[in-house]
Amino acid sequence: MKHPVGYNADARLRWTEWLPWVLAIVVFFALPDYLSMGARVLTYILFALSLDLILGYAGIITLGHAAFFGLGAYVTGMLSVKLGVTDPFLQLLASAVAAGVLGLVTGAVIMRTHGLTQLMLTLAVAAVCLEIANKATHLTGGADGLAGVVVAPIFGMFKFDLYGKTAYWWCLVILFAGWWLVRRMIHSPFGASLTGIRENRLRMEAIGAPVYARLVLVYTISAVMAGVAGALLTQTNQVVGLNVLGFEPSGELMVMLILGGVGRLYGAFVGPRVFWVAQDYLAKQFPEYWFFGIGLLLVIVVLFARGGVLGICDGLLAKFRSMRGGGTA
Amino acid sequence: MSAVLQTVKLCKSFGALTVAADIDFTLEAGARHALIGPNGAGKTTFVNLLTGRLAPSSGSVALGGEDVTQLAQAQRVKRGLGRTFQINTLFGSMSVLDNVALGVAERRGTAGKWWRPANSYAEVRDEALELLASLGIADEAPRRVLDLPYGKQRLVEIAIALGLRPKVLLLDEPAAGVPKVESERILEALAQLPKDIAILIIEHDMDLVFRFAERITVLVQGEVLCHGAPDEIARDARVREVYLGESHD
Repeated sequence: MKHPVGYNADARLRWTEWLPWVLAIVVFFALPDYLSMGARVLTYILFALSLDLILGYAGIITLGHAAFFGLGAYVTGMLSVKLGVTDPFLQLLASAVAAGVLGLVTGAVIMRTHGLTQLMLTLAVAAVCLEIANKATHLTGGADGLAGVVVAPIFGMFKFDLYGKTAYWWCLVILFAGWWLVRRMIHSPFGASLTGIRENRLRMEAIGAPVYARLVLVYTISAVMAGVAGALLTQTNQVVGLNVLGFEPSGELMVMLILGGVGRLYGAFVGPRVFWVAQDYLAKQFPEYWFFGIGLLLVIVVLFARGGVLGICDGLLAKFRSMRGGGTA
Repeated sequence: MSAVLQTVKLCKSFGALTVAADIDFTLEAGARHALIGPNGAGKTTFVNLLTGRLAPSSGSVALGGEDVTQLAQAQRVKRGLGRTFQINTLFGSMSVLDNVALGVAERRGTAGKWWRPANSYAEVRDEALELLASLGIADEAPRRVLDLPYGKQRLVEIAIALGLRPKVLLLDEPAAGVPKVESERILEALAQLPKDIAILIIEHDMDLVFRFAERITVLVQGEVLCHGAPDEIARDARVREVYLGESHD
């Protein structure tokens, strides 16, 4: 069963919530050759977390979340390549602000709509951003992208190295901050009200909740997080291209979250890993049809395991507990 | 007594279809007022006009003497207008306590806070629990609301509305779909509501209406047919004709 969030729920950290962080530290020492890929995974977890905040908790369906991710990625790239700003904190800050402004402006329009209209508008925002990045070649490099992004050492001490050690820790710390913020938010009255809006918008309006304002606010916060994730991607890859914008990364992100478990906080941690493991395996077995396999996996999860991998784990745990309880009764 | 809620020539049309026609209505402070009428009379539409869920085509709504016709639903709630729905509109996956606490937190202005955990707002939890206790369902607080029997869900509906501390409470068929035993319980709960809350109840259960209401307004095809004390309404030939098809000629 999904962990409840609200006035009746225990917001204390459970020991299982430390597992992702312990695992991340173990990976650093056990798999030193995979740290660049690890940094990429951490970046996508932050990106997925930002989507979970709006999709899983506030019920906002979007197929355009990559607009913020891509904007964040490009702002960091342009700051470095075009303006020579290499401070990693300044790059993150600028990306966050830019994505936040885009989130606020587009959210102010999109949150006035529902259902299919809302979905199409989010898709349109991502498509417009993609097209701007494609055409504004003097700023973005167009289809060639921006290469040679320089990131100064963190605090002037920790240089971004070839093996990705600094990038890994950098991404891990930022992800931890993002997770802490989201966790804090979803257990708060604000989080409870978001769940209320997702469950029954009509009733929330009838109890006097400023539903529209809250949706715009959470959409903007989510955009900021996605922008930061995009900035991290550019900082760790030191290159940014059109592949960070548009429908494909938005769609992939949603698939990742569904596979991990929507509205579960940690689904964002599991989903990207499941997606990439499945993609890697399927691409080896069926090089031409691997996406068909992903589609099939998605259909199976949606039909038989709506809580994703975490939902399956929760179900098994509940069964185990009831069996143990039955045995002792 | 002074009017806490008043409409003047309130109209609502959808194209050629008029669902509320020149409705003049007054709800006195502390009143126990019922709005009755056959199916399709426009009762729920009238409630939606009062709450701001629907914008009127013309006419005005005043709450506590203030014209609120142009105000959004949320602003009317802040001015003391609470409502329940004909069909349960609860937060299905949440506990009973969380359902009520959401309303309490909105009223107290803590619902937008995101720094502290929700369960650390003891005053919100305690008030929500008190409300549940006043309606006799405090034991159900930790249960998932959809796991409750329908009658108790109706009480949770009322508890959420009471969490807003309304001056005016609009109850849209609180006993709809509820077995007789449970509707008695709802009536008991309604009878115990604070006297300073003016209550307008829409109900098809005439037994409940005549036991609860001190005044009744009859709505037919979007128009007020008549209003008066329950015994006057019971004797009114026009009302009998509407409900039973009897001619008063």
